[in-house]
Amino acid sequence: MKRSSMLDLLVLVIRRDLVLAMRRRADVLTTLIFFVMVVSLFPLGVGPEIAMLRKMAAGVLWVAALLSSMLSLGRLFSADYLDGTLEQMMLAPQSLSLLVLGKMAAHWMVSGLPLVLLAPVLGLQFDMSAQALGVLIVGLLLGTPILSMIGAIGAALTLGLRGGGVLLSLLVLPLYIPMLIFGTGAVEAISSGLSIASHLSLLGALLVLALVFTPWVTAQALRISME
Amino acid sequence: MAINWFKYSSPTTFYGLAGKLIPWFAISAAILFSIGLYIGFFVAPMDAQQGEFYRIMFIHVPASILSMFLYLIMAGYAALGLIFNTRLSAMMASAIAPTGALFAFISLWTGALWGKPMWGAWWLWDARMTSELILLFLYLGFIALHASIDDPRRADRAAALLAIVGSVNVPIIYFSVQWWNTLHQGSTIKFSGTTMHVAMQQALFIMLAACWLYSIAVALTRVRSIILERERNTAWISELPEVRA
Repeated sequence: MKRSSMLDLLVLVIRRDLVLAMRRRADVLTTLIFFVMVVSLFPLGVGPEIAMLRKMAAGVLWVAALLSSMLSLGRLFSADYLDGTLEQMMLAPQSLSLLVLGKMAAHWMVSGLPLVLLAPVLGLQFDMSAQALGVLIVGLLLGTPILSMIGAIGAALTLGLRGGGVLLSLLVLPLYIPMLIFGTGAVEAISSGLSIASHLSLLGALLVLALVFTPWVTAQALRISME
Repeated sequence: MAINWFKYSSPTTFYGLAGKLIPWFAISAAILFSIGLYIGFFVAPMDAQQGEFYRIMFIHVPASILSMFLYLIMAGYAALGLIFNTRLSAMMASAIAPTGALFAFISLWTGALWGKPMWGAWWLWDARMTSELILLFLYLGFIALHASIDDPRRADRAAALLAIVGSVNVPIIYFSVQWWNTLHQGSTIKFSGTTMHVAMQQALFIMLAACWLYSIAVALTRVRSIILERERNTAWISELPEVRA
């Protein structure tokens, strides 16, 4: 396949998924509202002392991001699976991995990117410093795509199963832990005056690893689920 | 004479072989358990720092080691099944999973029992404890995924893929948790010699061997049940003496 046609295909898949998401705006908004609500529940649960909230802000935002990213995973393939589009995609001569990568990218734009943009506002509620907020955003920018990609594997494996949603969380959340650790670790480091390079480099390395492997693994998982 | 390496890769032949092997593994496991526990609880001297509490390590350490090894073995079988499409490998993977989960649980439980007198807390968010907990989650995910797919072939393949993804992630999770927090004491047995009393070492190795033998015996027993269940409509099952009776 020529390079330009591969890129065209990727753009096509992303655009299609984005259009579909825009047609069902309520779904997208529900995920965002969930994110905001989870984050707002924490101060109610642990008390309003600002020093403690500042300390736990990064962790709360990251955990909420993990949960809301996971919540939207069910939609990644299920609509296409139900109306038969997915079957056509598998029959298509183009590489399934590439199609999957496009779907992952669209999923991130719909459910990951808005979280990254919302995070600074919520961070201010927790009185995070501008510096810490900056690091949090960079970490989320690097980390949330990985969540979409690893989550896609789980979504493909649980496609069409009863109780898929709960099962999905059981499969995917343990695999999300490294992102949580490095993402919050970077914020912790900047707050205590240490270098953030190692945490962010590791997140970047995980992102590259995930980019290389997860589309292929997800494609395999889809083949298993669809056969 | 050409040796048929693949003779026992079919459930039909393996069923009989496993049946013959199980008593050997089970009996030697029982003997080694009793020797190991005897040495561990009565022969090995008291530890200078930890007093009598350290004796729980004779269960804790083998359980932790096995919980990790069994995951790798399970993932190995799962990969074999996925690549070569052999039915028995996938059955072995699902036969090993509950034992691995059990050992992970025992490791956490005994760790908590040891932690209370030594650290003064049942649970501390230490790196190794946390990664052991995550390992337990990975086992549970494997078992849950396998259980929720009705078609056994699809269940095998989906769970296999999950096990492989998990085994790639295990080192990443392990090191990330390691950097996150470290409190657990380091390994006392290293390749460059050890600081442990001989009786303690003996007990530990005997217990480790006993746990291995136990795992093999249990996995084989379980795989026999899985074979019986999956192949229940075949002719050779209905001709088995235990099925006829």
